[in-house]
Amino acid sequence: MSFVPAVLMSAQVLLALAMLLALARLLAGPRAQDRVLALDTLYVNAMLLVLAFGIREGSALYFDAALVIGVLGFVSTAALAKFLLRGEVIE
Amino acid sequence: MSESIAALLVLAGAACAFLGSLGLVRLRTFYERVHPPTMGTTLGTALVLCGSIVYFTALQSRPVVHEVLIAILMTVNTPVTYMLLVRAALHRDGHD
Repeated sequence: MSFVPAVLMSAQVLLALAMLLALARLLAGPRAQDRVLALDTLYVNAMLLVLAFGIREGSALYFDAALVIGVLGFVSTAALAKFLLRGEVIE
Repeated sequence: MSESIAALLVLAGAACAFLGSLGLVRLRTFYERVHPPTMGTTLGTALVLCGSIVYFTALQSRPVVHEVLIAILMTVNTPVTYMLLVRAALHRDGHD
């Protein structure tokens, strides 16, 4: 199919724009919880971007990178939320 | 044929993630802003992973379902992190 690369490219452009919007909220966001929420959105969008890039390349290697981004993003967001809740991560 | 289906699924997922991020920027209070990113983490991730499954199953001509790992991960992660985050926000706003 000839339109497949164009569709995948536009999906990547949409995901990059979504990352830029999350970055805008990360820089602007009035309080710390807004910044943590924006960081969470940013890593999810980055994971989807890596997945779309792997589909475009036709290589299954990028799946592992997306999995690592997902796990590390979950741990970092949970740790930041715990820090906002208690003032320390491990008590 | 299945490649174009996969590309359209990925585009739909990317559109969902974009709308979620747009809502994150446009809404006014934090408790409103918690809602839109879940669109990207649930529907966006699910559609992109479905596209990936369809594409690699067609490419390697055998069932490829290891994307289910990320789907399970996001299903477990998203409620846990957002509940922790909203509880922290309630604590910081003094609604304990």
